[in-house]
Amino acid sequence: MNYVIIGNSAAGIGCVEGIRNIDKDNRITIISDEAQHTYSRPLISYLLEGKTDINRMKYRPDDFYKNNKCDIKLSTRVTSIDNEKKTVSTDKDEIIPYDKLLVATGSRAFVPPFNGLDSVPHYHTFMKLDDALALDNDVKENSRIFIIGAGLIGLKCAESLHYKTKNIIIADLAERILPNVLDNECASIMQQHLEEKGFTFMLADSVEVFEGKTAKMKSGKTIDFDVLIIAVGVRPNTELVKAIGGNVNRGIVIDEHCNTSLPDIYAAGDCTESYDISADVTRILAILPNAYIQGECAGKNMAGSDCIFNKAIPMNATGLLGMHMITAGSYDGVTHIVKSDDTFKKLFVKDNRLVGYIIIGDVLRAGIYTALIRNKTPLDSIDFELIKDKPQLMAFSRTDRAKFLGSVV
Amino acid sequence: MKRIYVNEKWCLGCHLCEYYCAFANSNIKNMVDALKDVTIRPRIKIEELQSISFAVSCRHCEEPLCVKGCISGALTIKDGVITIDKNKCVGCYTCVLSCPYGAVSPSDHGVMQKCELCTQNGGEPACVKGCINKAIVFEER
Repeated sequence: MNYVIIGNSAAGIGCVEGIRNIDKDNRITIISDEAQHTYSRPLISYLLEGKTDINRMKYRPDDFYKNNKCDIKLSTRVTSIDNEKKTVSTDKDEIIPYDKLLVATGSRAFVPPFNGLDSVPHYHTFMKLDDALALDNDVKENSRIFIIGAGLIGLKCAESLHYKTKNIIIADLAERILPNVLDNECASIMQQHLEEKGFTFMLADSVEVFEGKTAKMKSGKTIDFDVLIIAVGVRPNTELVKAIGGNVNRGIVIDEHCNTSLPDIYAAGDCTESYDISADVTRILAILPNAYIQGECAGKNMAGSDCIFNKAIPMNATGLLGMHMITAGSYDGVTHIVKSDDTFKKLFVKDNRLVGYIIIGDVLRAGIYTALIRNKTPLDSIDFELIKDKPQLMAFSRTDRAKFLGSVV
Repeated sequence: MKRIYVNEKWCLGCHLCEYYCAFANSNIKNMVDALKDVTIRPRIKIEELQSISFAVSCRHCEEPLCVKGCISGALTIKDGVITIDKNKCVGCYTCVLSCPYGAVSPSDHGVMQKCELCTQNGGEPACVKGCINKAIVFEER
């Protein structure tokens, strides 16, 4: 048995751990187009801030590949899959046979064709370790930073530069910041916090044309910058699977076993689409926990087990310049708002279930809410008024509590 | 493996487990120095309402969502025990988002902390040793 994994991030590592859960011996080959030992992509902003370093941000220890009997091929790009001969070809002219293949190719930064972008001497994206190192090199004290995109990537990037320079302008086509993570009301709370810390936002606005290091906006405003960062979104890397006729919509289509439409080819992570059980829709959920769990599920199945992952939901935890927020699920149904001095919370209830929540401020124990969404807990089986006030196990029945605290879970 | 289990029928709501936990993890030899005039951050916490009370700490889940979701690789599971490498944790709170029991919380240093079954404190969990009514036990189930 030969296992081949394309990708060396969360989904690929999850796959290794899933396989090794079952099969301790057979060969695993990991192929990565990056040069580094597996590292955590979401930590690149923490790296620039100095909250971690290149060594500590390794996603697994130095001896991970050795301990898990993995052959690792770094700086190697897979150019094609031959699903009839069951081989993958690389840009180093290798042909590597597989019995079971995982495609964990992730996503790449999307750069729209802005007018005049080629007149800008250099621009950055912010996804990989190399991106972070290049940016760190270019940003000097008091550099004027212009970030396009007020999503999580753009804002975490802005936060990580804040210690070097306060000249940060962030533009977004949407009317609010974090358009995919927050609703209008919560976004305005976070926006106000970030503006108090010195960020400048230009919302519902976009670049008409670049002229060198100047951006002329559709609103008529002009922005002069030293460093341009494009963080408008990501696109899944689906080409390898598409080229051999695998089902691909926006992302690679997989089933509950993380199997693609092609035999012996699995896919996991940002390159795939997930079924979001909080909204009953298929969408790309490009978040690390989802990538790991899909990868692990695929790995177990590649090794002959029968593992199902059918609890995917969108979710995010992050802090921005000292303010924490946690969100999960979909923002649909009846809204319950709970406010206190330091916290703003919204719970979304539909058909006797919690389907989503947003908390800004005191986020402690929020996972109790996440579990209600994942488990589709009927709200009439718990004390909703109690749990609405704060997440707590007291809201569950005595029997449930005895199970949570008195048995192996 | 041995885990901590809680039986709410026997819990008196005395909060001693919280103090024993905070003391055991303080690295301070004298209990008074460790606890007096200090806002403690125990890894086991009492929930109470009217006549009901019980302690909640990490369940050391067999399929730990905190470990699977940890973005830095700081949370790991070995021989069933889930521990956190404070040196790797960046305090992103993804474990707080993931834990169904609300059993991971921030430490004094911004990074997260959780019950590690006193594996660093000599074996028998301090909360269990200190529970005066045996509402918290450490055993195989």
